[in-house]
Amino acid sequence: MIFSANLPALQVLIPLIAAPICSLLSGRRIIWIFVALITFITFACSIAILSQVYTNGTISYPMGGWLAPFGIEYKIDSLSAMFLLLISGIASVTIIYAWDSVEKEISAAQQPFFYTAYLLCFAGMLGIVATNDIFNIYVFLEISSLATYALVAMGKDKRALIAAFEYLILGTIGATFILIAIGFVYAMTGSLNISDIAMRIKPVLGTMPVKMAIAFFTVGLALKIAIFPLHLWLANAYTNAPSFVSSFLAATTTKVGIYVLIRITYNMFGREFAYTSLPIGQILIILGLLGILVASVVAIMQDNIKKMLAYSSVAQVGYIILGIGLANIQGISASLLQIVFFSIAKAAMFMAAGAVLFSVKGVRLENFAGIGRRMPFTMTAFIISGLSMAGIPGTAGFVAKWYLLQATISAGMWHVFVVVIISSLLTLVYIWKVVEVAFFDRVDGSKGGINEAPLLMLVPMLGLALLSIVLGIYPGCITGYVAQVVTGLFGG
Amino acid sequence: MLQLNTLLLIQYSLCIPLVAAFFAAVIPYRNIRDGLMVLTSLALPLCVYKIYQIILAGSGILEWKFFEIIPGIALHFRVESLGVIFAIIVAILWVVSLIYSIGYMRGNNEGNQGSFFTFFCIAIFASIGVAFSANMLTLFIFYELITISTYPLVTHNRVDKTKKAGRAYIGILVGTAMLILLPAIIFTFNAAGTLDFKVGGILTGKISSQFTMLLLALYVFGVAKAAIMPVHKWLPRAMVAPTPVSALLHAVVVVKAGVFTILKVVVYIFGIENLAKVSLEFGQYGDWLLYVSAFTIVAASLIALTKDNLKQLLAYSTISQLACVIMALAMFSPKGIIAATFQIVAHAFAKIVMFFAVGSIYTVSSKQKVSELSGIGRMMPFTMGAFTIAAISLIGLPPAVGFIAKWNIIDGAMGAEQFFAVVVIAISTMFNTAYFLPIIYKSFFEKEQPGVGVIIDNKHGEAPFLMVISTCFAALIILVLCVWPDIFWRLAGMVGK
Repeated sequence: MIFSANLPALQVLIPLIAAPICSLLSGRRIIWIFVALITFITFACSIAILSQVYTNGTISYPMGGWLAPFGIEYKIDSLSAMFLLLISGIASVTIIYAWDSVEKEISAAQQPFFYTAYLLCFAGMLGIVATNDIFNIYVFLEISSLATYALVAMGKDKRALIAAFEYLILGTIGATFILIAIGFVYAMTGSLNISDIAMRIKPVLGTMPVKMAIAFFTVGLALKIAIFPLHLWLANAYTNAPSFVSSFLAATTTKVGIYVLIRITYNMFGREFAYTSLPIGQILIILGLLGILVASVVAIMQDNIKKMLAYSSVAQVGYIILGIGLANIQGISASLLQIVFFSIAKAAMFMAAGAVLFSVKGVRLENFAGIGRRMPFTMTAFIISGLSMAGIPGTAGFVAKWYLLQATISAGMWHVFVVVIISSLLTLVYIWKVVEVAFFDRVDGSKGGINEAPLLMLVPMLGLALLSIVLGIYPGCITGYVAQVVTGLFGG
Repeated sequence: MLQLNTLLLIQYSLCIPLVAAFFAAVIPYRNIRDGLMVLTSLALPLCVYKIYQIILAGSGILEWKFFEIIPGIALHFRVESLGVIFAIIVAILWVVSLIYSIGYMRGNNEGNQGSFFTFFCIAIFASIGVAFSANMLTLFIFYELITISTYPLVTHNRVDKTKKAGRAYIGILVGTAMLILLPAIIFTFNAAGTLDFKVGGILTGKISSQFTMLLLALYVFGVAKAAIMPVHKWLPRAMVAPTPVSALLHAVVVVKAGVFTILKVVVYIFGIENLAKVSLEFGQYGDWLLYVSAFTIVAASLIALTKDNLKQLLAYSTISQLACVIMALAMFSPKGIIAATFQIVAHAFAKIVMFFAVGSIYTVSSKQKVSELSGIGRMMPFTMGAFTIAAISLIGLPPAVGFIAKWNIIDGAMGAEQFFAVVVIAISTMFNTAYFLPIIYKSFFEKEQPGVGVIIDNKHGEAPFLMVISTCFAALIILVLCVWPDIFWRLAGMVGK
């Protein structure tokens, strides 16, 4: 049983160790097979961990046998298990998509480094979620961020370099803020273990350094999450990154930041302090509302579809932090559901955009002309995922929206209710803009034949689209689990 | 005879249209495809008839609970008499309009027939879902599925004009559903703690009278498919669709799903007694729904009078007829419910015949305007004969089923002492006569006149056989239902019991 006892460590170590090996490999198909295998194994680990957590409760794993609070502790409760599964699940689906997509967009010489960066990024995200040590969180955050900068920079377009540089600057500022916050917390409590800090921080909660710490944490994470006025890096990064990277990142990076935000505010500082004594909740709600409205309107005005989807991601971050800001049980449930459902939908949509890029060599609106007929499966996946994002009943997005609306009602916030209702229509507007072009405009004759994307690109995006519908009709498996997570967070 | 498991009748009725949709999607040979589709569609009336027998005998409750979507609200189906009425209309008219559409699509050499029939059948699937849903959320899901699945039908001819019409269609229908209907449903859920349809309503005594009225307004305008002014705009614009689609949309699936939803909400969410009581509290303002629908009836009729384009005329006539249903409903009395049901049935059969006739005329002669119709009755006696029967039904004369509907509405209005409604009905009858009679007169008693788009002595005969037979069959039902309205009488009598 060595394997199952060490699962929390293996979960992170397998992709982390595989990364340097990957850079030594050659022969591009071999690399892909290796990377895909690693991803699938990691996914299997996540499933095993989830089932362990589900049956036996929280797993605490001392790294190297050094017990907490002195050693680094990996602690996997139901919240982290859910995020582990989400990240490795999305990774497994997108890696199938990579077979054709990466082959086309990344030159053969760069592929080993590309996949190395991907594995590092992947391992970093899993590490952030698995560990219970804030300094360790910072380290993994940097691992995954640095790898992400490299991934974004490998986009074909020269603008990818600028986007990566912007991302690097802003991401580093965010990371620095987080480091400063960790410094404050360590100074006040003398510990880096989250559970340990939670106990030691109680007597000093009202002091200025702790308030500074939570402020630095929030701003630093806001940069990583791309909360509204700090979202500028996201648009360019997602737009210019290779398609595979866009769909992987869109479904995971910001979500990991949100995970850290929940973890820190609920499990370290305590919900009372963060959301009742301090106005973090109100700030998140206001920024969330602004983010939803502004980003949706900007998304409507975009001509570049990947950029449109990027702004739509900013709007979705708005929805998610809105639920967190409401700080009631339904609110946080809505946020967790949205994280899962939006990840699924957004990954599929970026994949569809990538498939159009693959076949038509452009992702501007005019490149979508006539795609509806030529690439029916791609557009089907795009439309279904789009409807899910807009929250049309029968899709997963509707369930999340229902929870969010219930949360606003029980918090008595009618203005939020109205904004959420209206913004789902804004979502529909930008989705429909694409649908109309794809089905009504004619293909430019000179471009020659446009064919449906290859099978290995279609399968993952159609699978995700199907998942959006299945979870819309049978969300019980997820809502039940989320209820358990939330009870854990609220100390039930 | 096939031995059916009667407990699975709901599942069968939902699956049959999906099977047909599957055939339409995957079979490339059109004869095999169309044949299989029609054969499959024949199973639906059989299924629904079985359900009707069970409901009538009261010999069992047909229910199917699927997964829970929101804790406490499942995807849940249960058969009750209102649902059966809607299902019967859908089942019969699906077969008829499928046969007609096959004739039409072939006659006009339309493209993309496979995807056309796929969405056609999915829309039927969604309607059956609406008919049998046991709670508001299930109904809402299928309501939205109707909108989404009919969008490709409305925009079947992919040109600029249909793009704009399609935008209005999806914009108004989804917009109202999301902005008005969804909040209404959420408020209902929060107030009542459930969304299940229950006889007598689930809101009685749970909310204040003011809020009851507000909620009713949210439902009436949130269900834009019922086309109460000012949310009717999508309907005339959707006329850019091929004619069988217009027939399907405006006679069966979309608008009927709309009024049917409102009917179900009034009977099973609010409860008619509750509403009657609440509306009394507000004095004459309590009858606002009556006035709103009366306005829609008159205004839509007036607009219809000005229209020369046949399909536009029929569109506004539909709006006015739907408002009649809502007006019958707005009396909040058992008689009003029966009247509303009959109005739905009568209008469904009459309107589909009219659209069929218009489609047939277009197919053989490319004529689309009232002013071009002179003499067409002599060349197409069956088609125009059927049209005449339908017009008689809508005007409300015997021997057509519209007579029974109109009788019931007036009877209900008299019973509720709503003389205002009686006057409105009288006026609307007058208008109906005023815009339908000239068409009939022209087509039978005038000689073909020269004009733009008219080729004199274009000796076309009747439309293709499939189209004529389905038109005549539907017209026959109008007559049969007048002398034998038994099925619907019994079902309508059971509503709310």
